[in-house]
Amino acid sequence: MLINNFLLLGAVLFCIGVYGVIARKNAVMVLMSIELILNSVNINLLAFSMLHGNVDGNTFALYIIAVAAAEVGVGLAMVLLIYRNRKSISLDELSEMKG
Amino acid sequence: MSAVILADDIYVAQNIGFGIIAAVMIIGALKVVTSKNVVHAALALVLVLGGAAAQYLLLAAEFVAVTQVLVYVGAVMVLFLFGVMLTRAKLGQEGDLNNKNAILGVPVALLMLGVMSWVLIDGFEDTRLPQDGDQVSVQALSDSIFKPYLLPFWALSFVLLAAVIGAIVLARKD
Amino acid sequence: MLAHEHEAAGWFLEHAWLIPVIPAVAFAIIIGFGKKLPMKGSEVGIASMLASLVLAVGTTWQWVQRVDAVHGSEGEGALARGVFGFARGLVPRAAEGGEPYVEPVIRSWTWWQSGGIEFGLGQHIDGLAVMLLLLVTFISTLVQVFSLEYVRGDRRYTHFFASLTLFSAGMLAMVLAENTVQLILGWEIMGLCSFMLIGHWWEEQANSRAALKAFFTVRVGDMGLLVGVAILFGAFGTFSIQETSRIAMDPATSQTVLLWASVALFIACIGKSGQFPLHTWLPDAMAGPTPVSSLLHSSTMVVAGVFLVARLYPVFYNGFDIAQNGNSANLIAIIGGITIIIAAGLAFVQNDIKKVLAYSTVSQLGYMMMGLGVGAWTPAVFHIFTHAFFKCCLFLCAGSISHTASHHSFDMKKDMGGLLRRMPITAGAWMVSTLALCGVPFFSGFFSKDEIIDNADHNGYKVFFIVGLIGAFMTTAYMTRATYLTFFGTPRGAAAGEHHDEHGHADVHADAHDAHADVHADAHAGHDVHGAHDDHASHGKPAFGIAGESPILLVFPLIVLGFLAVVSGYINAAPFHIEKFLEWVEPRASEFAPKIDHAVFTWAKAAPSIILVVLGFVISLALCKAVFGEADSKLKGLTQRNRVLGAGHRFLVNKYYLDDLYEKVIVHAVAYPIAQAAYWVNQHVLDGIVNAFGKGGRRTGEWVYKYVDQGAIDGLAVNGSGKAARGTGGALRPLQSGKVNQYGALLFGAAAIGALVLVIVNI
Repeated sequence: MLINNFLLLGAVLFCIGVYGVIARKNAVMVLMSIELILNSVNINLLAFSMLHGNVDGNTFALYIIAVAAAEVGVGLAMVLLIYRNRKSISLDELSEMKG
Repeated sequence: MSAVILADDIYVAQNIGFGIIAAVMIIGALKVVTSKNVVHAALALVLVLGGAAAQYLLLAAEFVAVTQVLVYVGAVMVLFLFGVMLTRAKLGQEGDLNNKNAILGVPVALLMLGVMSWVLIDGFEDTRLPQDGDQVSVQALSDSIFKPYLLPFWALSFVLLAAVIGAIVLARKD
Repeated sequence: MLAHEHEAAGWFLEHAWLIPVIPAVAFAIIIGFGKKLPMKGSEVGIASMLASLVLAVGTTWQWVQRVDAVHGSEGEGALARGVFGFARGLVPRAAEGGEPYVEPVIRSWTWWQSGGIEFGLGQHIDGLAVMLLLLVTFISTLVQVFSLEYVRGDRRYTHFFASLTLFSAGMLAMVLAENTVQLILGWEIMGLCSFMLIGHWWEEQANSRAALKAFFTVRVGDMGLLVGVAILFGAFGTFSIQETSRIAMDPATSQTVLLWASVALFIACIGKSGQFPLHTWLPDAMAGPTPVSSLLHSSTMVVAGVFLVARLYPVFYNGFDIAQNGNSANLIAIIGGITIIIAAGLAFVQNDIKKVLAYSTVSQLGYMMMGLGVGAWTPAVFHIFTHAFFKCCLFLCAGSISHTASHHSFDMKKDMGGLLRRMPITAGAWMVSTLALCGVPFFSGFFSKDEIIDNADHNGYKVFFIVGLIGAFMTTAYMTRATYLTFFGTPRGAAAGEHHDEHGHADVHADAHDAHADVHADAHAGHDVHGAHDDHASHGKPAFGIAGESPILLVFPLIVLGFLAVVSGYINAAPFHIEKFLEWVEPRASEFAPKIDHAVFTWAKAAPSIILVVLGFVISLALCKAVFGEADSKLKGLTQRNRVLGAGHRFLVNKYYLDDLYEKVIVHAVAYPIAQAAYWVNQHVLDGIVNAFGKGGRRTGEWVYKYVDQGAIDGLAVNGSGKAARGTGGALRPLQSGKVNQYGALLFGAAAIGALVLVIVNI
């Protein structure tokens, strides 16, 4: 099997995720798009791990899964907090950082 | 002779499997970023994550695949659904989930895709994955985690601890 | 051992695994295409349950033949040997005890293997599995038929049927699980579906809270299941239920391991079956639609815990030393006994008819647990069987009443009363089921419940014998109260044709979904005495008046279940020496199952419980007449006047303050210190570090300011570049919109362009 199969799949998923991060208004949806990006990275890591015949890629894929779980936990907690404070999780209404 | 044919057969079967799963994943991913219904998007994400687990199997990463199913499809998706429900995002159709500059995402994503595919096709033209790869054993994986990569493992445990505490502090009601 | 003899089993026994697969497939169909189908997917659900029911009946039929063939009984068995040739080759495996052993039909497929460990999916068909397969498919079918009418026009009609179907699939998969992993799988599917079903009308805050509570409480117990299965696997090296049983029966097996495993597994059963400390979710779960309550709380979900104990009985039996003579108590019996009494106590103060039934369910589950705890395996399992019919019937009666007579209220005191004449069929079914529940002789509950009590005495558990008797007394008393309030006396509230916009508290309001069937329209025609209530126009009925009997789709399941509530006990009626159930269901092989000693029935032994039942009825009826009746009586409002009784009443109304304990004390005690600790770390450690850095930074800054800034740079560079920067800043300012998405777009765009540049440069 061509390694490019997997790498291109990863690239496509990554770009779809990037589009989601940019285009979505709902904070939960942005978090979902970030999950897409993280998964595409994992596919790449595992593909290279198999190509080179060592397990480092597997190890880091596991680490990424763990970090993603932490990220979702904190991210959703923040979304909840934001929701509680302003009764909305639309990112368009969050513009405290406006210069 | 027959062994070669057999190998070729497996090769074809793998490619077909890959193609089907990849198509499902891409359609699911598009659904995630375009669906007008938060719950549908979350379910499409389940499809993508499950497909990713299947791809990991093709990549001989059995343990990662199982972890993916347990952690992502199990825990993370439940978190998402709770997040959706607790923030009372309406479960039905929602007016507009995209922001005003959604169109900006298209050129950026396409540009990235272009660059990446160019580099990948250029760099790995027809490099093939080894065919006889056994599934990565859990033992080898644990050797790798607890010997050379122990430090990142520790760091990761702190990250998780911090995330747990942070999530509680953020989400608790005073 | 595995599956080497399955050529000899019949087709249905061989293919029993199809029973859960059919509803699972149906679930996918309903979710996928349900909304487009003419009946919104309900027909798929009912068809799948019917198909499963047919298969289950076939399986039962062949299992009975298999048992009869082994036992060499005449009549049916001989006929079976003649008609189907399959039983001929079956040689009875005589176990050491001399009892012929009916081998379960076990098939297993490897689903997954990793590092030499195989995870299988399969079927383990024995008497227990067959009994529950039949029960679950039967009850599920009836409940789905009932739902057809009950939730007609509901907004999530399709999803409702999808969840019901998947729920049944989960239960069935668990029932015929070949190994513990599959058992967990079915168990968790049920947990998920119960969450969806209880929270079906989640727009109401109370309902979604109840769903979450049920989910999380059961989840607490599920930890025990995982730990218990892990212990068993770690110690025995197998997931197979048969192997586990065999090893557990082996005298050489360490009792400590079994003890820990059974404690862990029993915690799961406490959660799932609503036993004493974790029973609080079950009454709240009444927030779900009534068909859900009747399915979950009669024969499926809550029975899962009891099933787990019954299924892995050797582990519990030897772990807790149930057989040991002179042992007067063990964890299972104690928890079961406590549950019987406290739940029955709570049932007295409920005004919500469904909550009375909920606590009654908890109490009856206590009986089953206690039965298992005192070594009365067969009576306990038989009680699962009989209880399913009459409890399901009672719940559906409550649904029928609220649907037709009390305007979706479940409050007995406010909205019911005097329904006997108006709803004769519902009332009849209710009465019959109540008699069965109370254990009145010749109704089904009598044969199972009395046998549990009898065997508790027989096996030397004197305390639990008395607990069982007290429980029987209390059961009769609270059911008499509920019956009196519902069907006798004067009609009140909605039952009297009044309409009130305020539906009391939220739980009562639970079923007030806004799409009523218009089938009542004819029943209400001519009763348009409440023309002022315009809001009812949207409900499809012009006014709420005095209703007649419920429509046929609601009544039909009631009749069937009411009939079974009477006759289902005769399958194992000890007084008449009919012990078919014992023969067909009880495993009798000393290799795989503990030997179960049976008490011999005599009317003399049954007398105390019969007397107590009668006493309970008489006392409760007298009290009801005095307290709720027409006549003025000193007893009215007694709880308000007498302080001791008032305190007791309040204690019961507040459910022994257990919910407060969980929510206020335990959650607070766990969450608060963690938050405090985090806050402390934040304030002292992190801030300290930040401050230290800040101070260091300021010093550096001061030094730099004094010597470098003022002297050299300020004059030359800054003033010039400042102007430039302000100009650029002004130009870039629109980019700083403060919107995260735009920052993301900039970031990724810049990264892509950067990568492009790098690639081009490199090439």
